[in-house]
Amino acid sequence: MRRVRNFSIIAHIDHGKSTLADRFIQQAGLVSERELGEQMLDNLDIERERGITIKSQTVNLPYTAPDGSAYELNLIDTPGHVDFSYEVSRALASCEGVLLLVDASQGVQAQTVANLYAALEHDLVILPVINKIDLPVADIPRAREQIESDLGLDGSAAWQVSGKTGVGVPELLQAIVEHIPPPQDRSQEPLQALIFDAHYDAFRGAVISCRVFAGRVRPGDEIRLMSTGRNYRVEEVGVFRLKRVPREELAAGDVGYLIAGIKTVSDTRVGDTITLAEQPAAAPLPGFREMKPVVFSSLYPIASDDYLSLADALEKYKLNDAALTYQKDSSAALGQGFRCGFLGLLHLEIVQERLEREFDQAILMTAPSVQYRFTLNDGTQVVIDNPAHYPDPGSIRKAEEPYIRATIISPDRYLGALMKLCLDRRGTNSDLQFLSPGRAQLRFDLPLGEVIYDFYDRLKSVTQGYGSFDYELIDYRESDLCKLDILVNGERVDALSIIVFRERARARALVACERLKEEIPRQQFKIAIQGAIGGQIIARSTVQPYRKDVTAKCYGGDVTRKRKLLEKQKKGKKRMKLVGDVEIPQSAFVAVLKTDED
Amino acid sequence: MPRHLATRSAAEPTEPARPTPPSSATAQADSRADCGLYVHVPFCASKCPYCAFASEVRSDLMEAWAGAVLREAAAQAGRWGGFDTLYLGGGTPSLLPPRLLERLLSGLRRVFRFATDCETTLEANPGDVDRERIGAWRASGINRLSLGIQSFSDPELEFLGRRHDAQRARRALDLAREAGFRNLGLDLVYGWRGQDEDTLCGTLAEVVRFGPEHVSCYQLTIEEGTPFFIRNKSRPLLASEEEQANRFLLLSEVLGAGGFEHYEVSNFARGAHFRSRHNQKYWARVPTLGLGPAAHSFDGSRRAWNVRSLEGYLRSLGEGGTGREGEEALDERQARTERILLGLRTCDGVRLDVLSASAREKALSKFVPQLLLRVRAGRLCPTPRGMLLADRLALELCE
Repeated sequence: MRRVRNFSIIAHIDHGKSTLADRFIQQAGLVSERELGEQMLDNLDIERERGITIKSQTVNLPYTAPDGSAYELNLIDTPGHVDFSYEVSRALASCEGVLLLVDASQGVQAQTVANLYAALEHDLVILPVINKIDLPVADIPRAREQIESDLGLDGSAAWQVSGKTGVGVPELLQAIVEHIPPPQDRSQEPLQALIFDAHYDAFRGAVISCRVFAGRVRPGDEIRLMSTGRNYRVEEVGVFRLKRVPREELAAGDVGYLIAGIKTVSDTRVGDTITLAEQPAAAPLPGFREMKPVVFSSLYPIASDDYLSLADALEKYKLNDAALTYQKDSSAALGQGFRCGFLGLLHLEIVQERLEREFDQAILMTAPSVQYRFTLNDGTQVVIDNPAHYPDPGSIRKAEEPYIRATIISPDRYLGALMKLCLDRRGTNSDLQFLSPGRAQLRFDLPLGEVIYDFYDRLKSVTQGYGSFDYELIDYRESDLCKLDILVNGERVDALSIIVFRERARARALVACERLKEEIPRQQFKIAIQGAIGGQIIARSTVQPYRKDVTAKCYGGDVTRKRKLLEKQKKGKKRMKLVGDVEIPQSAFVAVLKTDED
Repeated sequence: MPRHLATRSAAEPTEPARPTPPSSATAQADSRADCGLYVHVPFCASKCPYCAFASEVRSDLMEAWAGAVLREAAAQAGRWGGFDTLYLGGGTPSLLPPRLLERLLSGLRRVFRFATDCETTLEANPGDVDRERIGAWRASGINRLSLGIQSFSDPELEFLGRRHDAQRARRALDLAREAGFRNLGLDLVYGWRGQDEDTLCGTLAEVVRFGPEHVSCYQLTIEEGTPFFIRNKSRPLLASEEEQANRFLLLSEVLGAGGFEHYEVSNFARGAHFRSRHNQKYWARVPTLGLGPAAHSFDGSRRAWNVRSLEGYLRSLGEGGTGREGEEALDERQARTERILLGLRTCDGVRLDVLSASAREKALSKFVPQLLLRVRAGRLCPTPRGMLLADRLALELCE
């Protein structure tokens, strides 16, 4: 059996995970120093721009130890955002150990802690690593201390590296070999391989990333996906070395890819177990669950004619994103569109951006909503994720909304502001712990609906960037809800409705009307914006009409300038949706959710 | 004040309400006799604090400038059929020594063909007008003066940083009439914060009483790179939009009652005959050639612009260059956008068939009932309120 080590790097955002991974790739000789300019594993534009990893990636690194023995180190790069925590858990389940990266200048952050818990849950060997030691502001003793106090690990044993300069990296590679245990040799048992990711290849269909725990799999084998019971014929197996490198087989302990004529990634399930059809494993690997969307929003083409083109784009996009759900939706104001479900707001933004950039769609999205649960007078229960389907208020016996348990870590000087923020968002059941002098961990139960929109931005803002945030869904709790409608020039715009906590309805309506006033451009006529619950108007604002819009002088030299300005304005108009007589920009549909805290 | 920069363009009717040939029949500059010639005179005795036009406070380069303009003219000679307007704008053309002006004009006449009734305009600062000079202007063929009066109120003239006072302005007008100018235009500026409405009305009353053939009323605009731009940052200089709109409508009514036709956003004439023949070419997209620094040209399909700075312009022509800095060929869509945005500035509007079907529908079902536009002889024409929103309407109707 080959000498294999499977590991992952876990880190808070911006703690240098991708840079360190790139450094490993370069030291393994897969790329030259010269090619190292761009981060290798973050393939999507959005990933590079935002500095986060969205898709899991793996790379198989050949490594020769100082004693001359050859190893294969499988690095499984995990998504770096709370929206994708299930994928993270499956990637971690595929490893024997992790490098827990701590930025020498920033210390331990909330996500570091969350990741540590995840790693502990999988019984992984944890190597603490202090990264970015080349920074002038690096505070290594403090990082060590936090590793001890916040994480309960041996800070004095932490490796010190700089992914950027490469300092300490050879030592770290050797530490991986020495400290992370090799996988168990179970190659004689029936095949059990864990799917931890899949991506779509236009020519080959779904390319599954998997970790083989038991048995072997080769091209020609008939495999079965245990959750669906469907069988496929394996066409190719191999490992990723930035590109696919075919192998004769994947055996217990290996991490690699598998292509089996599976048409789309939606036919695969992250967390599912692959076995052989002829000699199936007795049971799937533990931990499988369906990924469920928690945030919902409707998506409409800006121009109604583009509905079919959007449908087509969504279908193509979905080939590569099993987590997105969508179904037809229609709005009196916006026409035909789709109701989509997302793992979280980041996921939503990613889908929106990729549809716009990669599929060239001009779209607007309505304010994101969570799933509410209503028990009606006749005892039936309905789940609503779209304000348009809000039940008749008279028929509601009980309303419930989803809650999360939030964990916030921040320097303690921001505690007052953080408490206020959480209480404003209807937080309850708070719990405060001091992790180390000056650093506090605050926990709160919060309605998910209060968190999805701008909670994270607000949190960053009140803590001047030092606060960090993680959450898990806990349960549904009874609540007093109502639907807030928005009327534009007397017409109810269904796509602007939001479900709100009744006690805050008027305050929310006032803010929404003011925000919309800022977002909706002036026209030649007055535009009234009203907030209403049922038939009752509870807030109002007015967009004043243009009185004058003309340049005083337009002679020879002014014509070109004027035309160019007009062409630019025209482009902006194309991004707006005409509702009745009023042009509403995309930003307005999300603005109704904005709070007045800033 | 400088404005008109030259161009060449497609043929479109200068007389608006008349049916016009389809745009494909537009003629290029070299085959028409009604092109306009603009000469930019980039010299001022002092810079007004609101003006961003290309001009310099120096006189030592006037000779060099005139030579360069004539060289540029010679290089353009074959490309332009004939001109029926010549406009000397600036800057301050009235600063030119009369002998130099005479030399420039006769030089241009040697190079280009001009119609016998060519409208020949000189922009003049009231402070430069005296009997001797004005006689020289007439003698050299200037038949229209555009006087930068701005206001008949001394405090307002001081606010605007002008070097003349109201008395001087009145005298300039009288001298012009005395010298036999039968086509006189004057410029006014209005619309700053705190401008007294009675004072503005006083100026308008005096304008009506004097009875020029043409009045341009410019809403004060804050231009980047001017002293007003800097002052505006700490304290807003412009009146509110509401107030500006009301002033605009007031002007339109007062001058209308005084016998002036409001024929373009900022321009009024005592009957169609006295509209600025030259400036109408810009709005109707008739070819115009612009000579001098920063001047623009339009030959019917391309727009071109000259180097903006005087030194750069002189250098270019001194080295055998064209003085041009850039040019742009217009495609059909851009040409249509221009027709709409320029047409909607004038009372003659834009031909209905220039608009797309949906834009036409929008205009007829929305903007006509809102009294912003009206239909006359197959054209969509803005009302004064429509003119106030001309840029907005153009945006709505360019599809």
